[in-house]
Amino acid sequence: MAITIDEATLESQIYDLIVLASTDLSPDVVRSIEEAQKHEDDGTPAKSVLGMLLRNVDAARENRTPICQDTGTNIYHVHYPAGQSTLQLRKIIERATERATEESILRPNAVDPVSGKNSGNNLGTENPFMHFEEWEEERLKIDLMLKGGGCENVSGQYKLPDSDLDAGRDLNGVYKVVVDAVNSAQGLGCAPGIIGVGIGGDRATSHLTAKKQLFRNLDDSNPEPELAEMETRLYKDLNSLGIGPMGFGGKTTVLGVKIGTAHRVPASYFVSIAYMCWAYRRHSLTIENGEVIYD
Amino acid sequence: MTELRLPTSEEVVRKLKVGDEVHIFGTMITARDAAHKFLIEERPDFIRPYLENSLIYHCGPVVKKKNGTWSFVAAGPTTSIREEPYEGPVMKEYNVRGVIGKGGMGDKTLEALHDQGGVYLHAIGGLASLLAQSVKEVKEVFMLEEFGVPEAMWVIEVENFPAVVTMDSHRKSIHTEVKSKSTEQAQRLIHPVT
Ligand code: SF4
Repeated sequence: MAITIDEATLESQIYDLIVLASTDLSPDVVRSIEEAQKHEDDGTPAKSVLGMLLRNVDAARENRTPICQDTGTNIYHVHYPAGQSTLQLRKIIERATERATEESILRPNAVDPVSGKNSGNNLGTENPFMHFEEWEEERLKIDLMLKGGGCENVSGQYKLPDSDLDAGRDLNGVYKVVVDAVNSAQGLGCAPGIIGVGIGGDRATSHLTAKKQLFRNLDDSNPEPELAEMETRLYKDLNSLGIGPMGFGGKTTVLGVKIGTAHRVPASYFVSIAYMCWAYRRHSLTIENGEVIYD
Repeated sequence: MTELRLPTSEEVVRKLKVGDEVHIFGTMITARDAAHKFLIEERPDFIRPYLENSLIYHCGPVVKKKNGTWSFVAAGPTTSIREEPYEGPVMKEYNVRGVIGKGGMGDKTLEALHDQGGVYLHAIGGLASLLAQSVKEVKEVFMLEEFGVPEAMWVIEVENFPAVVTMDSHRKSIHTEVKSKSTEQAQRLIHPVT
């Protein structure tokens, strides 16, 4: 059953969600940066960089200013109860986005690819990006991720088999292309990175599957035992590359690896890698029985 | 931790080695794509005193104007490699002692750092709040009308601006070293000897 929506109230709740996403990191992300900092050797740039990242997060939270000046593409995944109007939700999200842009919580980032003109309010074709999914629950859950351009530029897609990498159409092949992608990225996506992997699908759903993984908690474990094992193996081996924070060298190259799958046609085997920077800004808003929860 | 005071000198800069963490104090100037092209093609004299023995910061800031005074709100580094064709010639022409950006630069710039006595300083990507706080004063701005806010040349006074030397005047680059080591390791993982 649809929940009753008061448009003005929901708009300001979504505005608060945007503020939270732009100016604060989730506790699981902060914890993983803290842990990583403990593991780096004393006196190395890697250790002090991680310390500065944490101080920057504190400063952004205190001053209520964006953690990074690139507030990125705004990606919404909305789960809604049956009967809710997604058209109405879309309009409310757009209004909240405009307001957040006016108030310098978001940088105007929507550029028309043909004319090169910046819309000035973060609205445009597919901006913000919204993915709607109806579910059987009676809650409305809105997940928001801000994904900057630097890390998006080092994301990518492979088509298996890949003979240069000796990567076949199996999990071992997936392992190889992920290692290659992270090595090619070096520090450029503002390492340490968080790696979302999508196996299968067509080209588009493969990327979507990879990005969806970035909404998972860093501490969770994949329900599929084979994938859980691959996530752990990749996490360990990617950190053995020694790229380190910002590519200065060190033990922390990634903070997590999350893998998901989508059925594919027999002829295609895509693997997509969504690289997320340390400024891993994602939060959610849940509304149920009039109760509002942010996390 | 080394303190780097601007303007500096060739002698001071030649002592800096890759891996050194520095805190920068003094006056420097932002420049990115449009400004680099302008410096090479127009060779403006008015800018020379600002660049002499100072640093260029690859940055497109978010700025605010209040009561006629500019300030920086967010000021992280932008990717430097786009300026690779211009950087060496700019450094030589204006006697610049180094550049600050992110991601490192290529062989041509590394060679110019060696010839000229200069360094590449890597600022921390995404450190927008802290870096904006290091900018104590916006002293002047050039080409604002022509280039727009992100591309204009902002003359800024910084204090305690943190960066790491990742390319030095001795032809050493952390970027090349890290990449060659990580690629060796990646090869071992991808093509294990069985
Ligand atoms: S990659 Fe991330 S941290 Fe780096 S500049 Fe872009 S949004 Fe900021």
